[in-house]
Amino acid sequence: MRFVLRRLGFFVVTMWAAVSFNFFIPRLMPGNPVLAMEAQHPHLGPQAIHALTILLGGGGHQSLLGQYFQYWGHVLTFNFGISITTSFGTSVNSMVMHALPWTLGLVGVTTVLAFILGTFIGLVSAWRRGSLLDSALPPIFVITSSFPYFWIALLAIYFFSIRLGWLPSSGAYNFLNDTPGATWHYVGDVLQHALLPAVTILITSIGGWILTMRNNVITVLSEDYVRMARAKGLSPWKVMWGYAGKNAILPNLTGFAMSLGFVVSGAILVEYVFNYPGVGYMLLNAVNGLDYPLMQALFLLITVAVLLSVLAADIVTAILDPRTRELG
Amino acid sequence: MPTSQPVVLLDEALLDDDVASEPRRRPGRKLWSAVRQNRKATVGALLLLFFVVLAVFPSQIAPYSPTANSFAPSLAPSGAHWLGTTAQGQDIYSQLIWGARLSLIIAFAAGGLATVIAVIVGVSAAYLGGFTDGILSLVTDVLLVIPVFPLIIVIAAYLRSAGTTDMIIVLGALGWSYGARQLRVQVLSLRNRDFLEAARVRGERSLYIIMAEIMPTLTSLIVATFLGSAVYAVLTAAGLQFVGLGDPNAQSWGTMLYWAQNSEALGAGQPLWAIMPGVCVALLGAAFALLNYAFDEISNPALRPARTLGKRAVAKAAGQAEMSGNGTGPRRRQPATAGAAAGSAAGAAHAEGGHVPA
Repeated sequence: MRFVLRRLGFFVVTMWAAVSFNFFIPRLMPGNPVLAMEAQHPHLGPQAIHALTILLGGGGHQSLLGQYFQYWGHVLTFNFGISITTSFGTSVNSMVMHALPWTLGLVGVTTVLAFILGTFIGLVSAWRRGSLLDSALPPIFVITSSFPYFWIALLAIYFFSIRLGWLPSSGAYNFLNDTPGATWHYVGDVLQHALLPAVTILITSIGGWILTMRNNVITVLSEDYVRMARAKGLSPWKVMWGYAGKNAILPNLTGFAMSLGFVVSGAILVEYVFNYPGVGYMLLNAVNGLDYPLMQALFLLITVAVLLSVLAADIVTAILDPRTRELG
Repeated sequence: MPTSQPVVLLDEALLDDDVASEPRRRPGRKLWSAVRQNRKATVGALLLLFFVVLAVFPSQIAPYSPTANSFAPSLAPSGAHWLGTTAQGQDIYSQLIWGARLSLIIAFAAGGLATVIAVIVGVSAAYLGGFTDGILSLVTDVLLVIPVFPLIIVIAAYLRSAGTTDMIIVLGALGWSYGARQLRVQVLSLRNRDFLEAARVRGERSLYIIMAEIMPTLTSLIVATFLGSAVYAVLTAAGLQFVGLGDPNAQSWGTMLYWAQNSEALGAGQPLWAIMPGVCVALLGAAFALLNYAFDEISNPALRPARTLGKRAVAKAAGQAEMSGNGTGPRRRQPATAGAAAGSAAGAAHAEGGHVPA
């Protein structure tokens, strides 16, 4: 219980830091973002300007501390104002809610898949130490993990969309001849559009799982209890899953939450390349259109999502592994 | 049970250094001979050397100026233009060669900055301990879990367009947390070692102990931190430039990708324009990653204190060396049992999770 409270405390501190980053960054930057936005969008009313001033600073009539508390009030009530550019007047919240399911679907499913597949391959390759699988995979994945996500995405588009014409290269579904709904045609269309982005994320993120799982298993295999299990004459299968795999997976589980931040970062670029209407694509569009309110809301959303999954993984690990509870 | 003994592949370099020869050789010579003996290190070093040569002598190697747009636009590859020309009529091959310079500058400068911060924060947190350690560790942990890439995007958005200096500062200032955490754990494990105790009893000042006694033992971990940060800087900078958050007039691979994407090079029959800069980014990243992998593999056992040289102990140490070596980034340097390594669950995760953005 103490451990969970500690992690909760850390979560709160990190959230506070993220919100404060959001508050201070525009105020520390040269130039006045509110003026820049006013210049670009002369049709902004005084009310919109006031809301922007709270978000971004630049209003001279209030102390910094006062602005800070007011900002917190807005953040805690999810009041991020209205979008300025892409679709003027829409509330930022409703725009974010439109983008969120696409990212959760794409990144969520591929991350879980990569974790399961990578953990399995890592376990098998450590178990068969020195086999072809084991000697070929680690160097390959050291190299692929240094590939930029967006470049793999470009290659995928070039070969599978442009040269072969098998899969669509842009969007989440074909909005010309398809309407969202619970039809098989629509579901198939969505899956078809998600396939290339998903494979791209899978290829670039699976290497980390394989390598860490393999390394964990190798360490665990030299433990005495594995030796004991073998000496007892248990079947190799049982030793591999019940003794080696079970213990080696624990550090990987915490890594799962950690990696989410990196996968989310990579996914931002993948969504951008595929024009996939998720959170990352929207973030980059907001940046390009100087839509600061939308941008701030999206950054906070991404941060909360990553932090929540870190918290969840910490708690799951603490339940599964008593040692972390002692150490925490 | 002859077959159930884990088969451990011993690296030749490992055997040489740890079993056969004297334990205290100078680390510099050791690293150098290790680079030559380890194939991954050799490949990585050669790749890096190749890009360094491109970066230093671009005007001698490239046939044209990268900005000259006097050629016919969108030419296919030919003898005059090995990779064709861009939609703006520039020579792609020349741009590629000139691009190496900025990517390397960002890699070395941002990687170096991140490493310096990591060393200062990590070492002082561990050495000073107490309240300072608490604060520094908290800052490190917060920066580790906050998704840094979106944060960098947000900062770049307020800067409008991030020039090279901006990019180096932002990447360096936000990319040190992983290295700092590892250095802290390493120094914590050293803190009660006899040679430091001796220095303290001799009455040496803290600064002397840190610089002359602790730092030399951290050499390989600092190198690993630098290489990891460099990979991170290369990939992140390329990503930022690709989405248009860099300086659009800079000569870099990320900027080339940005213009290629803007001109829809893939669909317009100019695939090399979009593919080749990506190949270069990937190769440069791979060069750093391979060096990192190799340094880990070689240097790790040397960090450990006195050890019985029984067959099992050597095999186990080698296994651990491999374990910590086969990651993509710098990995945990300590046996899992070291009390000093005890962190929160998230801390353990940081040591395990790959550090591969973008």
